[in-house]
Amino acid sequence: MSLLNTPQGNQPRWRSWLLTDTPTSRNHARVASLYQGWLSFRGNSMAMFGLIILVLLVLIAIFAPLLAPHDPFVQDLANRLKPLATDGHILGTDSLGRDILSRLIYGARITLYIVILVALIAPVAGLFVGTVAGYVGGWVDTILMRITDIFLAFPRLVLALAFVAALGAGIENAVIAISLTAWPPYARIARAETLTIRNSDYISAVKLQGAGPFRIITRHIWPLCISSLIVRVTLDMAGIILAAAGLGFLGLGAQPPSPEWGAMISEGRKFILDYWWVATLPGLAIFLVSLAFNLLGDGLRDVLDPKDDGS
Amino acid sequence: MTIQAEPGKGRRRSPLTSIAISTFKTTGTILATMLGLLFVTFIIGRVMPIDPVISIVGERASKETYEAAYQAMGLDKPIIIQFFYYIWDILHGDFGQSLLNARPVAEDIRRVFPATLELATLGTFIGVLIGVPLGVLAAVRRGSWIDQIARFVALIGYSMPIFWLGLVGLLIFYGILGWVGGPGRVGIFYVDVVPSVTGMILVDSLLDGNWTVFKDAMSHIILPASLLGYYSLAYISRMTRSFMLEQMNAEYITTARVKGLSEWTVIWRHAFGNIKVQLITVIALSYAGLLEGSVLTEIIFAWPGIGSYITTALLSADMNAVLGGTVVVGLVFVCLNVFSDLLYKFFDPRAK
Repeated sequence: MSLLNTPQGNQPRWRSWLLTDTPTSRNHARVASLYQGWLSFRGNSMAMFGLIILVLLVLIAIFAPLLAPHDPFVQDLANRLKPLATDGHILGTDSLGRDILSRLIYGARITLYIVILVALIAPVAGLFVGTVAGYVGGWVDTILMRITDIFLAFPRLVLALAFVAALGAGIENAVIAISLTAWPPYARIARAETLTIRNSDYISAVKLQGAGPFRIITRHIWPLCISSLIVRVTLDMAGIILAAAGLGFLGLGAQPPSPEWGAMISEGRKFILDYWWVATLPGLAIFLVSLAFNLLGDGLRDVLDPKDDGS
Repeated sequence: MTIQAEPGKGRRRSPLTSIAISTFKTTGTILATMLGLLFVTFIIGRVMPIDPVISIVGERASKETYEAAYQAMGLDKPIIIQFFYYIWDILHGDFGQSLLNARPVAEDIRRVFPATLELATLGTFIGVLIGVPLGVLAAVRRGSWIDQIARFVALIGYSMPIFWLGLVGLLIFYGILGWVGGPGRVGIFYVDVVPSVTGMILVDSLLDGNWTVFKDAMSHIILPASLLGYYSLAYISRMTRSFMLEQMNAEYITTARVKGLSEWTVIWRHAFGNIKVQLITVIALSYAGLLEGSVLTEIIFAWPGIGSYITTALLSADMNAVLGGTVVVGLVFVCLNVFSDLLYKFFDPRAK
C-alpha cells in the first residue's frame, strides 16, 4: 500500500482524490472509476488515434460553414474536374465543378447524422427487447427470441435494400432500414446480461423493498447492460457507416445533390479511369472514419469489458 | 477420473428417440425461421407500398384495369389468406413475373445465381487459403511482426468500403497496369462461346475443354474474387487466431511438447485438429456473408449475379424481382446458418 501511496505526495490534490481507494460518496466512486478507465484508455495509442479522428469529425461537422472554402452545392461548369492542388480547390472539383473539399466537409454532417440516429434507435430497441425477454422469461422470452433469431438469420444488406425499395430512397429511410437489421445482436447481448443479473441478491433486495418489474428493469438492469452495449455499438458503427455509404452508392440513401460520401463515390465512378480523385477521396474519408470507430471500439472493449479482450 | 452418473440425469430415453426429438426441434426452428423470412418479405411487398396495384398498372390506368388487377392480385381477400397464397406460390417455385421483362422471376434467378455462386466460392477459397495459415501463424507467434501484420490486415478489411476498394482495384490493375480483365465475366469476343451447363463460366469452359475462354474468364474473375477473398480473409484469420490461442494455452499442448513432439505436429496435428469444427462453422458463415456481400462488388464489376439483379430491379421498382431475389438469398443464408450449426453439433461432442 505504501508503494502506491508515495507518488501521491507530489501529485496535485485532485489526482489523488480521483485515484483514491476509499471513495467518500457514490459520486466520488463514479468519477474515480471513470477517471481510472480514462487512464487505461489513454495508454492505448491506437484507440486514442481513433478518438482524435472522431473528435475532429465532430468539430468539422459543427463548424462546416466556417471551414469549407466554397459552397458545396454551387456548380461552376467552367472549372469542372480540376485536379488536386488547383488554385482555390485543394482537392480539385467534381463533374459539376463543385469543390470536393467543401463537399467532404459537409458530408461529415450527413455521416454523423446517420451514425447518431442509428445509434439511438437500434441499441435502444435491442435493449428493450432483450431485457424484457430475459427478465420476464417463459413464453415471452421464447417468442421475442424467435423473432430476434429470424432477423439475425437475414442477410443484412439485402434486407436493407428490400426495405428501402418499399419505403423509398432517402437518408431517413436508409437509417430505418439499417436500424431494422441492426438491433438483433443488441437484444441478444442485453438478454444474456439480464439472465446473469436477474437472480442476483441485490435484485431480490430491491424486490423486497417493493420495486415492480418496470422499475427493476429500467433502474437496476439497464444501467448494467449499458457498458457492453456501448462497446458493441462502437464496433458496429464501422459496419453501419459502410452500409449507409453502400446504400448511398447504390443511389438508395442520400439523394443528389447531397454531399453524402457514398453518393459522391457513385458520381465519380463514371470518370474513375481519367479523373481518379473524384471517386477515391470520399472513399478515403469513409475509410478513415470507420477505421477510427474500429480502433475506438477495441480500446473501449479493453476498458469497459475486460472479460473479452479479443485476443 | 471416473464420472459417476447422477441420479435422475441418466439416459432414460433411447438414443433413437433423442435423435428424433432433436431432428424435430431443428426442423421446427428452420421452418419457423423461413416462415418469418417469408412473412417479412410479404409485408415489405404487399403491405408497405401505399398501393401495390398502382405500382403495377401505373397511375393512369382506367378503373376497370385497376379493379381487374386488384382482383387478380387477390387484394380483396384478408391479409392472412393473401399470405397463404404467397407461401403457396413460393413453395411451387413461383415468385411472380418480372415487371421489366415479363419473364418469371424464378427463371431469371436460376440464370443469375450461378454467377454469384462462382464468385463467392472462389472468394471463400482465397480467404481460407490465406486466412487460415495467417491466423495460425499469428496465434503461434503471438505479438511478433506477423501477428501485427495479421491484425493490420484484418483492421483494414473491417474498415474499407468494399465498393471503393473495387473501384481502386479496377483503376490500378485494369486501368493503369492492364494486368486483369475489365468488368463483366468474359471479354466481348468470348460471350456465349462455351455451352452453358452449370452456369458457372469457369466450370463450363473446363467441361468444354476451351482453355482460351477459361483463361479470359479467370482474368475477369480474379480481381472481384480477390476482393471478396480479402474480406473473408480478414474475418477468417481473426477467428482462427482466437481459436488457436485458446488451444495453445491448454495443458495438452504442454504435454505434447514435453513428450518431445515436433513443433509442427504440436501445432498442426494437435492444436489445429481441435479447432477444425469451429473453423468450418466460421467458414460457412463467411461464405453466406460473401453471397450477400457480393451485391456491391457485382455492381462495380458489372458481374451479372443476383446482387446486380436485385439492384437493377430495385432501381426500376420491379418489386417481384427484388423480393424473389431477397427470398432466395435469405433462404440460402438460413440454410448455411443451419448447416454450420448442425455440423457443430454433429462433430463436436461438447455441444451435445
